[in-house]
Amino acid sequence: MTTETVAKGATPYTGALKRQPPARRRKKRPGTYISRVGVILAGLVFFFPFLWMVATSLKPTSEVFSTGSNFLASRVEWSNYVTAWTAIPFAQVIANSFLVSIAGAALTTVVSLLSAYAFARLQFRHRDKLFLVFLGTLVLPQEVLVIPLYIMMNKLDLVNSLPALIVPFAFGAFGAFLIRQFLLSLPVEFEEAARIDGAGSLRILWSVILPLVRAPLAVVAVFSFIDYWSSFLWPLIVINDVSQATIPLGLSMFSGERGTDWGPLMAAATVAVIPSLLVVILLQRQLVKGVSMGGFGGR
Amino acid sequence: MMTALPTLAVKNAKKPAWVTGHGKLAAVYLAPGMLGFFIFIVVPLVASLVISLFDWPLFGTPKFVGLENYTRMLTGDPVFWTVLGNTLFFAVCYTVLNLVLALAVSTWLHNLGSWGPFFRVLFFVPVVTPMVANALVWRLMLTDDGVVNSFLANFGIHGPSWLSNSQLAMGSLIAMSLWQGIGYNIIVLGAGLNGISPNLLEAARIDGAGAWQRFFRVVLPMLSPSLFFCTVMTIIGSFKVFTQPYLLTLGGPGESTNTIVLYLYRNGFSFDKLGYASALAWALFVIVMLITALQFSQQKRLVNYDN
Repeated sequence: MTTETVAKGATPYTGALKRQPPARRRKKRPGTYISRVGVILAGLVFFFPFLWMVATSLKPTSEVFSTGSNFLASRVEWSNYVTAWTAIPFAQVIANSFLVSIAGAALTTVVSLLSAYAFARLQFRHRDKLFLVFLGTLVLPQEVLVIPLYIMMNKLDLVNSLPALIVPFAFGAFGAFLIRQFLLSLPVEFEEAARIDGAGSLRILWSVILPLVRAPLAVVAVFSFIDYWSSFLWPLIVINDVSQATIPLGLSMFSGERGTDWGPLMAAATVAVIPSLLVVILLQRQLVKGVSMGGFGGR
Repeated sequence: MMTALPTLAVKNAKKPAWVTGHGKLAAVYLAPGMLGFFIFIVVPLVASLVISLFDWPLFGTPKFVGLENYTRMLTGDPVFWTVLGNTLFFAVCYTVLNLVLALAVSTWLHNLGSWGPFFRVLFFVPVVTPMVANALVWRLMLTDDGVVNSFLANFGIHGPSWLSNSQLAMGSLIAMSLWQGIGYNIIVLGAGLNGISPNLLEAARIDGAGAWQRFFRVVLPMLSPSLFFCTVMTIIGSFKVFTQPYLLTLGGPGESTNTIVLYLYRNGFSFDKLGYASALAWALFVIVMLITALQFSQQKRLVNYDN
């Protein structure tokens, strides 16, 4: 341990004083402007479905199709939002979605942190083999597990319950993997110092490790929140009572036997998209970092 | 064994490391994670293999039928082969188009300077918005008198039935899925591009390499780890396609957009054949694992890791 610290302390001289050459400024050629116009157009086309979603949510039913490609209707019809709110117990469905996503994200994060700490910092037999097996499930399609999970929930009498939506999907390897990678890049000295000062292991985890891993912890929390928020197949299987539904399931219940009422449905879809959009706007940097560090659950 | 880690092992050689190391502590920390991993991943995986050997209705007693579900799947059920073919077709088209487009777009955005990061995030939005919402708005846009056909009508083109024409339905699903998923690879590849040292490209330029040569000889090899990751994840994702056919086409017209997971879902929860559905799940599992294993076995040949 000590030799390492000395070595680290001895090196930093050489590079630090040498000025990096200034980054080469890109000269603006006409191509740059064409490229910029092009990317704006591409971005608009790409974003069009969302714009159409919002536009349709504000159209009177009679104008959803008749106006063809007219972006705006003759008048703004806010009542679609009211209809969406009352057609299904939408407030309840939104509350369910938030409850499931927040509880799921919290559970995933805590479990991932504990596992990551053990795999990164503690020594025990077969650690690396166990971690490899655990990691292998990153490529296991969760769709393979839904039949036995459904039978399990049925036997436990948990069908149509929110815990059935939360618990089974909190134990994937992604979170633990991400936090472990981050922990491995941190020096152990902090923990050693705390240990010498007499801190217990839980205390170390709480007051030394936790503040250090806040960034990857946030990434895991956000990603699992989005995963739970968007999840569809499993809720479709395990929930058939609309009062226990989450938003994606609620949306799919909109188009009934009488055909699809597109205005209210798009109003509900717009509401469903807003939290994800807020997450992207507020946390873009963390999201990009999380994606590029490897993996995104995705269900 | 002992000689490999002399300093760690010799002192307490008689006791197993589970006890002497941080074994007890590790057991406490790992208990929730590994217990959940065992109950909700390992057990269901094994259970689905067991269930696939039964005729297993939702209510009523399961009946052991041995490999019958598998023999029926492979020899007595033409829908399985259709569904498998559809899924493979989707996977190949989706993966190839996704990677080529993501590579093109991320290279473009990379060379766009300060605007790049903004648009990279914009293309990422559909990845994080609920796929159900995304799929439903695409269904609205692609209906016969929807906005896409109205737009085409401006140019005198009579738009086709995008979702109820068996020739076009799968293409529509692929288009929607590309829109939904491409932002993910754009970000991964963008991060890979950021990792390539500009000095390397500058050196190639000085050596007289043109833009295409620099792309194929320098950028592509340097990007191969990111590309490999994207390929593996995209293929796995594409085999799980479910929400798009479920909401856009219901697997139709005919069986033309039915996929493995949709067929699995129907067998389990519409036809009350949980055993057969589990056999399908294992078919999916085996295919995905084989393809992933194949990719990893080719990794050394295809991926350049010396940066």
